Amino acid sequence: MRLSPDEMIFWQHGFLKLNGTIVFTWGLMLVLAVGSKLITRKLSTGLKRSRWQNLLEIVVTGIEKQIEDVGLRHPEKYIGFLGTLFLFVALASLCTVIPGYEPPTGSLSTTAALALCVFVAVPLFGIEERGLGGYLKSYVEPTVIMLPFNIISELSRTLALAVRLFGNMMSGTMILAILLTITPFIFPIAMSALGLLTGMVQAYIFSILAAVYIAAATRVRRSKPEPDTKH
Amino acid sequence: MDNMTLIAIASIVTAGLTIALGSIGPALGEGRAVATALSSLAQQPDAATTITRTLFVGLAMIESIAIYCFVVSMILIFANPFWNHVIAQTAGK
Repeated sequence: MRLSPDEMIFWQHGFLKLNGTIVFTWGLMLVLAVGSKLITRKLSTGLKRSRWQNLLEIVVTGIEKQIEDVGLRHPEKYIGFLGTLFLFVALASLCTVIPGYEPPTGSLSTTAALALCVFVAVPLFGIEERGLGGYLKSYVEPTVIMLPFNIISELSRTLALAVRLFGNMMSGTMILAILLTITPFIFPIAMSALGLLTGMVQAYIFSILAAVYIAAATRVRRSKPEPDTKH
Repeated sequence: MDNMTLIAIASIVTAGLTIALGSIGPALGEGRAVATALSSLAQQPDAATTITRTLFVGLAMIESIAIYCFVVSMILIFANPFWNHVIAQTAGK
């Protein structure tokens, strides 16, 4: 019983291993990068645009609106990071319809790497928005006694991000594998559809939680609230 | 009862108990969360998107507890270090 795509070895040379996680991650990167490059070759600003460009615009404006709803005022600064997180995890889950494919997020290495990216990005955005002193002061925000608890909460929510995504993806593939040995076609197909749904929900959750953490780190106390520019 | 049997019994029983007890709390919590979200949706349908998004985020946090228990259960069944150690011992003997 395979616990993760780490154990699918495609090619080995000494201690260098090309396992399933790496190969499928490269495949996803290829699809995302080449796909968007091909679609954005000839962008049109008029009313007449190709269907693929329309699709990409829907996705991008949807993510921008979500980021703004969370409370980040200039979503252009954050959409590169947050949008990539969402698209990668969502595509990794969607591609399970392809036979022979295992989502790379079903391996703890991938999800730990993504959670570490969020762990590094939150202070980066916080320092960029509030300055080093302002950001560090947020750790002692209510009282100085809260300092160890704030630090512990930073570490534990990173761990929670990694384990949550890993657990959801791994359980989906494992339940499918177990069911395939027990019952024939219908029930595993229903479970596969459920796995797709939870994969999309988990992609959304991962990026929204990252957005919420960044919003908490970049929150600047203003005396006068900024007017809502677009809604 | 030798070591191998003892470790096997303990792992199996603990794995079953972990996931059984560990899914009670999150299930109850999620039920309450969805019920409250539905009643506030009925009271204020305009805030539907905010309520739905907050509901999903809350559900994900509650679900994580069940996921932790599931991961421990899976480790006990499939990647059990004590079982591997004792198997290596009997294989080496």
